[in-house]
Amino acid sequence: MEGKPRLHYFNGRGRMECIRWLLAAAGVEVRCGFIQIIFKLIQGGTLMYGQHLPMVETHGMNLVETRAILRYIPAKYDLYGGNLKEQAWIHMYVEGLNDLSNMIMFLPLSLPEEEMNLAYILEKATTRFFPVCEKVSNQLLPYFLVCNWLSWADTQQPKIILMTEECKPSVLLGFPLLQKFKARSKSIETVKNTFKLERGMFLKNMTSTVAEY
Amino acid sequence: MAARPKLYYFRGRGRMESIRWLLAAAGEEFEEEFLETREQYEKLQKDGRLLFGQVPLVEMDGMVLTQTRAILSYLAAKYNFYGKDLKERVRMDMYIDGTQVLMMMIIMAPFKFPEEKQETLASIMQKAKTRYLPAFEKILNDHGEDFLVGNKFSWADIQLLEAILMMEERSASVLSDFPLLKVVMNVKNFPVFSAFKALLPGKAKLTHLSLLLLPLGPTR
Repeated sequence: MEGKPRLHYFNGRGRMECIRWLLAAAGVEVRCGFIQIIFKLIQGGTLMYGQHLPMVETHGMNLVETRAILRYIPAKYDLYGGNLKEQAWIHMYVEGLNDLSNMIMFLPLSLPEEEMNLAYILEKATTRFFPVCEKVSNQLLPYFLVCNWLSWADTQQPKIILMTEECKPSVLLGFPLLQKFKARSKSIETVKNTFKLERGMFLKNMTSTVAEY
Repeated sequence: MAARPKLYYFRGRGRMESIRWLLAAAGEEFEEEFLETREQYEKLQKDGRLLFGQVPLVEMDGMVLTQTRAILSYLAAKYNFYGKDLKERVRMDMYIDGTQVLMMMIIMAPFKFPEEKQETLASIMQKAKTRYLPAFEKILNDHGEDFLVGNKFSWADIQLLEAILMMEERSASVLSDFPLLKVVMNVKNFPVFSAFKALLPGKAKLTHLSLLLLPLGPTR
């Protein structure tokens, strides 16, 4: 009875991307329902706050609000560390990186001062975010950022790195540990399988360019 | 041995307010250090206590926590305001995230230009009344209970209460079309918040609560 979770969103990354990464890391197969179905859902009253994407149908529930979904998946699939304190730390880390992710995500939607925005984002990435990531990657463990197994932090970080690299391929130059981390994360079993098969996941936000992995 | 939680923020509501509410609901006393000079803020950064260089910062249980949502999540889980299982939790998260989006809009409104301010506020109130409040009214109506989730006082209720008070400050009649919300989500129903409405200036324990009655805007 428990079918695969069904993701409703545009045919692009946007806010759904974090969710896809998490599900991929958890080894969960999904079905994707793209935007056409949305209108039916609005009429049917299943979307809570009106028109609301992303939406994930899973375990008998219709989940909206990206962050709510993002907190549900790690908890459900055991990607949230081993205890409350680790959870708090992961959450803190992920939310912080999310700021960078949002900046990049909204870049195509910004005005013609885009060049300026891009430079600003890259500067923030290299001066505020990546130094922290580098320090964190240095800290404890050989393979994972927190505790001894895969967690939400381990999916958020590669996603951010890839996104930033798309803006500027050499952005990881000053960060040897992050480069190592990126190489490592490519070899995580579940992530590797999913992203190899689904090339559609790498459509840039709203255009049809397919990014290379 | 457990010291009281210590909050670092500007002297104002802003993003720290929700954290104060949660701690108050848990009956947890806390200390506050107000950042009133640039040097104080820079010192925190230099000491490496601000993970991404931002406040709010909360030190508790041997941890140095930033990122409002992470802190709130931790507090909710610690004090059992997060539902009894994952399904209740995710429902709560949906409600809370929606509420927070709305509150953010209200908080940011004072930073708009004067010409835009009135218009922005009006449109926010409109969104509140057509998109958010109806959703919560429906939830209360559908299950007929006195709390948003699981028939038990939770983070969802706290967040909504805060949001409602915020809205009522700007528009006293915002709940006029929502009878259930008016009756159920009334801060007077919750004894743990009874101090809010009674300004007791002399009492050290309640000074942090008096911040709730500061005028609009995050800084004084």
